[in-house]
Amino acid sequence: MSTISLHDTHNHDSHDDHGHHKETFLTKYVFSQDHKMIAKQFLITGIIMAVIAMGLSILFRLQLAWPDTNFPILETFLGTWAEGGRIKPDFYLALVTIHGTIMVFFVLTAGLSGTFSNLLIPLQIGARDMASPFLNMLSYWFFFGACVVMMSSFFIQTGPASAGWTVYPPLSALPTAIKGSALGMTLWLISMIMFVASSLMGGINYVSTVLNMRTKGMDLWKMPLTIWAFFLTAILGILSFPVLVAGVVLLIFDRSFGTSFYLSDIVMGTQVLPNEGGSPILWQHLFWFLGHPEVYIVIMPALGISSEVISVNSRKPIFGYHAMIYSLIGITVLSFIVWGHHMFVTGMNPLLGGVFMITTLIIAVPSAVKTFNYLATLWRGNIKFTPAMLFAIGLVSFFISGGLTGIFLGNASLDINLHDTYFVVAHFHLVMGSAAIFGMLAGVYHWYPKMFGRMMSSKLGYLHFWLTFISAYLVFFPLHFLGLDGVPRRYYAFTEFEFMQKWLTVNVFVTWAAIIGALAQVAFLWNFFYNIFRGKKAPQNPWESNTLEWTTPVEHLHGNWPGEIPTVYRWPYDYSKPGSEADFIPQTVPFSQTMSSNMPHDFEGNTESERIQREWEAKNVPSPEKLD
Amino acid sequence: MSLRKFISNKTIAALAVILTAFASTSAFAQAAGAAAETVAKPVDMGPVYKTVIFYTMAFLLLCLFIAIIGKALKVYELTREAQDKPKGINWNAVNGTLFALFLIVGLYGVYWEYTVHGNMILPEAASEHGKKIDQMFNITLIITTIVFVATHIILFAFAYFYKNTGKRKAYYYPHNNALERIWTIVPALVLTVLVLMGFLTWRSIFYKIEDPNNKPISIEITSSQFSWAIRYPGADGIVGVKNYKLINGVNQLGIDFKDKNTLDDQTADEMVIPVNKPVRLILTSKDVLHSFYMPHFRIQLNTVPGMTSYFEFTPTITTEEMKAKTNDPKFAYLFLCAKICGEGHYKMQKEVRVVSQAEYEAWVKKQGTYLTDDLRKEFGLPVTAAPAPAAAKPADSVAKDTSAVKTNQLALKK
Repeated sequence: MSTISLHDTHNHDSHDDHGHHKETFLTKYVFSQDHKMIAKQFLITGIIMAVIAMGLSILFRLQLAWPDTNFPILETFLGTWAEGGRIKPDFYLALVTIHGTIMVFFVLTAGLSGTFSNLLIPLQIGARDMASPFLNMLSYWFFFGACVVMMSSFFIQTGPASAGWTVYPPLSALPTAIKGSALGMTLWLISMIMFVASSLMGGINYVSTVLNMRTKGMDLWKMPLTIWAFFLTAILGILSFPVLVAGVVLLIFDRSFGTSFYLSDIVMGTQVLPNEGGSPILWQHLFWFLGHPEVYIVIMPALGISSEVISVNSRKPIFGYHAMIYSLIGITVLSFIVWGHHMFVTGMNPLLGGVFMITTLIIAVPSAVKTFNYLATLWRGNIKFTPAMLFAIGLVSFFISGGLTGIFLGNASLDINLHDTYFVVAHFHLVMGSAAIFGMLAGVYHWYPKMFGRMMSSKLGYLHFWLTFISAYLVFFPLHFLGLDGVPRRYYAFTEFEFMQKWLTVNVFVTWAAIIGALAQVAFLWNFFYNIFRGKKAPQNPWESNTLEWTTPVEHLHGNWPGEIPTVYRWPYDYSKPGSEADFIPQTVPFSQTMSSNMPHDFEGNTESERIQREWEAKNVPSPEKLD
Repeated sequence: MSLRKFISNKTIAALAVILTAFASTSAFAQAAGAAAETVAKPVDMGPVYKTVIFYTMAFLLLCLFIAIIGKALKVYELTREAQDKPKGINWNAVNGTLFALFLIVGLYGVYWEYTVHGNMILPEAASEHGKKIDQMFNITLIITTIVFVATHIILFAFAYFYKNTGKRKAYYYPHNNALERIWTIVPALVLTVLVLMGFLTWRSIFYKIEDPNNKPISIEITSSQFSWAIRYPGADGIVGVKNYKLINGVNQLGIDFKDKNTLDDQTADEMVIPVNKPVRLILTSKDVLHSFYMPHFRIQLNTVPGMTSYFEFTPTITTEEMKAKTNDPKFAYLFLCAKICGEGHYKMQKEVRVVSQAEYEAWVKKQGTYLTDDLRKEFGLPVTAAPAPAAAKPADSVAKDTSAVKTNQLALKK
């Protein structure tokens, strides 16, 4: 075994005996350096941000459904932003902007990667903690700071940033262009820099932990797919997020120091601006160089989680383990060269459009492989519908539905008419919004017992799943057709155009579906927070899973395992192996204890082991299960 | 033992009821307080607040209802357990069946969406390249719909048929290289076909060889917050030079009238184009990014300050013909803004009319020029005896914008 195993280097036997550093409330719950606590901090912050962002979406859905109705209650809460109970156009744009920013960055990047990478990397590879726990703590607090700064923009007079979550200059650069581009935009940029700092600290930690701190026997090809997904996600983040910072810094210069990186030939009203020589397109290149890998940063952890959840609950090994990893690697590499498909109609050289179309459609291949592998995993399985499993299946469904519409948008010629319409909104809300959220929820339901040592109510979980699953489809499926009718996104009201009138009733329907979907989350929130305190005590391995995290005691302890870290002997997907009594064989069980179920390829060409196995089989002759 | 559990369940249920009652009364109180505050205002908000309370109450009642059902289920399961009978409800079967049901209802829903909402989308493309795009779209739609339906049937059918019954062991099937090769290569082949077709369509749209006998009409579009300006080239067929530094209250587009080609440039309130004649759009922006989107013709290109972009197309269906085809006497082509550009984003539109060559020629003659007497003075051109009313209107805007002109001159000096 060529594995570097650091676990011997620190003497952990004395680790818990000492009971050294006495933990205070502050060090245990606030400035914690324990990866499990940091994961919970990320999760709960992420959930709070998700609830806020969902609330914002309901506000603008109200406006879209009933553009001519007053909701006095809105004025009570929003004051002048909703004078007379109607959301104002500039505040509407602020709502969509902040909804997008929070969901993409704070919920689906930090909330998802931050939670599960932190929780699962050390637990599933067999490490005591992250490579640098202090950096890990900083990562959370930078993220928290970013959230606070972003939310603070709701409490300033000019309101939050409102140039869309992609904040394209010149709109985002000129306070005269829109109110939100005043102080609100500055806060957005500051928040984003803090966020990137957080995610880099996290990412570096994840990569170094995965590479250096795996337990004995845990070589790369024995890692669960979750770890592969988090690992590759972290690499993506490390390589792409700094580009966003570069872009953001240039935008700050343009806004505050009079440079012209993105600005040229602009006249506001009749005021000629002095900026010359910049290009707004440059921002789009920089932004999408992060922005596109970002959508994979969002979806890959969700895919990793669902691989694990589907395998465990189908009681079957994940189909095509190696293919799953290679397709993740393929997605990682390709995701860096597809950003131009967001820019087909910016007026950039059409030759580039052709090139980006080719790379974009190629990336559909690894995604298709993953989908088919999920289906093959379910085939002849023994499926247990835990809430986590329901959400994982929901993810597969959304991933297919949203992925297929990507084939339209990735095609430059079709994008001409679909770009910036509701078709795009429907596409990414399914493939990246709903699918990733479902991955995250699957993860929460699956690892809740590990995080809090208690069980969630599965019945509330079922209710939550079915309401959310159905309402997500009801919300996003009809939106495709608005796009096909040429209705652009980010329109405050459909009242100004004759041809959009016919969609008003659809908007009412979609808004009601969204409200039901939002209320369904109450079931989750209750289930989550109530059971932290009152839930049934969790058994050590509630899902009968093979991975290492379930060998740790239910009660958390600093350093994860009392005594030595277990050694790993096999891959994590030995479910329902023929010849084995139980339908799962944890990674820590050596082959010598499972002679009846060992298969030739288990030994990876180790002739000595094969000889021992043959001898054993010769002695225990009639072994009908040795078919493969 | 089970009795004790039962009692504790009952107490919990009772607590839940009390809690809900308390929460709803406090919600009442809050709402009442809020209502009291607003009494001072002349607007009668009573009925609306009532609806807020109504919805809150309805939701809380629903929560209570769900909580009671949950408790009832729990009690039922506990009594079954106490009597050593098999577990009350087989949730695995329930969820598996729900997936099967979801599949059937969902497939019908998709059919309904395709046929009902699918009939509300844009009519056929009204331009030459648009037809190719539509063809491409249809091919992609057929392929993706087949995959969509097939994979969903497989997904939910597997969920239904392979649910755990406790009698079976799953089939250990870690990989199959042949299968994996098939579902790597088949999507790759299909996508290659789509890429090739898309690539050829894309090339045919953006790389056009100009036919010297059928030169396109150039029309310049300038976007600004929140309106469009259209400039026709006039008799010479050339849209003249403009310079953003010349923009002021009178010269809204910053046309440089020192360039002779600008002298006959015409203004227009709508875009009128002759059918079956190529049109070359010159797209520019004055302030922020906008997107010139003409959905019926399958045209979209961003307008970028500091960069001019071009789109050439040939309209094939006149407005009148389209009215007949869509069976809508009010039908009108239009272009609009598709890129977020500020608070008036949702209003930016202009009508487009596709007419016969003769109608076009008659219309274009009636359009006024950009060059007015004020502009002649500004550029030192000889002032012709222009009709008085034409000059009157821009005159007040000059007065308003003198300060702006000054800043302009400053900018020009730089």
